[in-house]
Amino acid sequence: MELTELIIKSVVILVIFGLTLVIAMYSTWAERKVAAFIQDRPGPNRAGWGGLLQPLSDAGKMFFKEDFIPAQANKWLFIAGPGIAMVTALMTSAVIPFGNTFIYDGKEVAMQGVETNIGVLYVFGIVALGVYGIMIGGWASNNKFSLLGAIRAASQNISYEVAMGLSIIAILMLSGSLSLREIVNQQHGGNWNVFYQPLGFIIFLVCAFAECNRTPFDLPECETELVGGYHTEYGSMKLGFYLFAEYINIFVSSAFMSTLYFGGYNYPGMDWVFTQLTGAFGATTGHNVASLIGMSVLFIKALAFIFFFMWVRWTLPRFRYDQLMDLGWKKLIPLALVNILITGAGILLLEPWLTALLD
Amino acid sequence: MQLTNRSKQVSNKTMTFSESLFLPAIAKGLAITLKHFFSKKVTIQYPEVKRYLGPVFRGRHILKRDEQGRERCTACGLCAVACPAEAISMIAEERTKGEENLYREEKYAAVYEINMLRCIFCGLCEEACPKQAVYLRHDEFVPVFTERDQVIWGKDQLVEDMNDRYKREAWTKEEARQLDQLKASGKVTTAETRAIP
Repeated sequence: MELTELIIKSVVILVIFGLTLVIAMYSTWAERKVAAFIQDRPGPNRAGWGGLLQPLSDAGKMFFKEDFIPAQANKWLFIAGPGIAMVTALMTSAVIPFGNTFIYDGKEVAMQGVETNIGVLYVFGIVALGVYGIMIGGWASNNKFSLLGAIRAASQNISYEVAMGLSIIAILMLSGSLSLREIVNQQHGGNWNVFYQPLGFIIFLVCAFAECNRTPFDLPECETELVGGYHTEYGSMKLGFYLFAEYINIFVSSAFMSTLYFGGYNYPGMDWVFTQLTGAFGATTGHNVASLIGMSVLFIKALAFIFFFMWVRWTLPRFRYDQLMDLGWKKLIPLALVNILITGAGILLLEPWLTALLD
Repeated sequence: MQLTNRSKQVSNKTMTFSESLFLPAIAKGLAITLKHFFSKKVTIQYPEVKRYLGPVFRGRHILKRDEQGRERCTACGLCAVACPAEAISMIAEERTKGEENLYREEKYAAVYEINMLRCIFCGLCEEACPKQAVYLRHDEFVPVFTERDQVIWGKDQLVEDMNDRYKREAWTKEEARQLDQLKASGKVTTAETRAIP
């Protein structure tokens, strides 16, 4: 890899990293605003205009609190828990294609941390690792409530990962590729996967809620039963890391869902915009501006999903644990299997007929 | 015995297929919360905006003066006796010659103190007072105090300032009730405020 390419790649990675952190930070503000608006309140409005400095003051408060470690806790694992949660949450965004390519000095660099041909598998692997942060933190606290919360988180994530994986298999059958960029490029021109896989999308959405430990599936931190769940013993910035990791997970899963089902950085009328821009600014600048527009489109889609996550949180009450398991094992997994069968039948029977019709 | 017709029959029937999908019900719930998202907010921005609490709200105390600026209190001690929290204490003194423009009665309170930490703002002192001297203001609260020496209020804080008299629409509960009835029937829209009971 040449030096200019390396520098551009590092800039892209840093920008994605920074954007992920900023969006996660302002998700805390947005969450409080959305909660307030849904409950007919104005929400935080004292720190800065519209309360926009609220995340900074929250973080400052978190940093200045006492960093307490319980006497009977396993000290190093207790510290490692939030760290693992944070690292795994941040690692997921590496393979998501945030935009088309960026041309500089004749070199084409993809707006993506790492371009792999197994992007989907990578995301699944890291998401499965994410539960270790919760599990280790909950166990190391040496507290019954923490341990119960951690066990709930682990069993819930494992159960819903099955249905999630099965719902994605239908997408992979359509695309024939595990590369996220390839999946996005196939959705070019309004061919969004959500139109072909509505059932798969709903299953994936429900599983994403469960994987992020969001209401109505936030049983690991169910305060009515478990005090605070897996982070009962945590305080200061270690608690902050757990909460922050949750918001990063929400952002990443929103971006992932936009990529898989809503066309990623594709938008209607994209080719027309591209020809207009290259006509106006020349081939290189026009291409770069078009890529930036595509990137902002992806971010708008992701932010819409984040809003949906919050909207659902302030609408639905929490499931009971047996209802959660029923939904996961007895409803979503059979539905996902049926979805795979329908997709397979569609590819076998419908596609030759459709291509014959179009020809 | 049926008290209202709002009671609903409890049933244990199993959900139909469409109900067990939950999605229509969830969509309905989301619509309700979205409606609230765009509705008008009910919050009052407190320190900047304050609600009117009515003409007989019980806030901080005031010792009234009469129309010539003389203190009405005669230090009879009935307010202290009526006070369930024992927040009021006073020392009486006899009026001497030349003080007729200061005190209305022949006896007056040289010291009149209210412990604002003990006071429960019940208004019994106001009802007990035979000289209509002590009142609980309807428009001002006891401000937040942070020091111990700010807790006990003496006459310097309690006695009315003649340049900034305390005015009310109604001075007794009966008067306030009559005013309310008149306002409700539409005979009166705005009541005049006056400084003297």
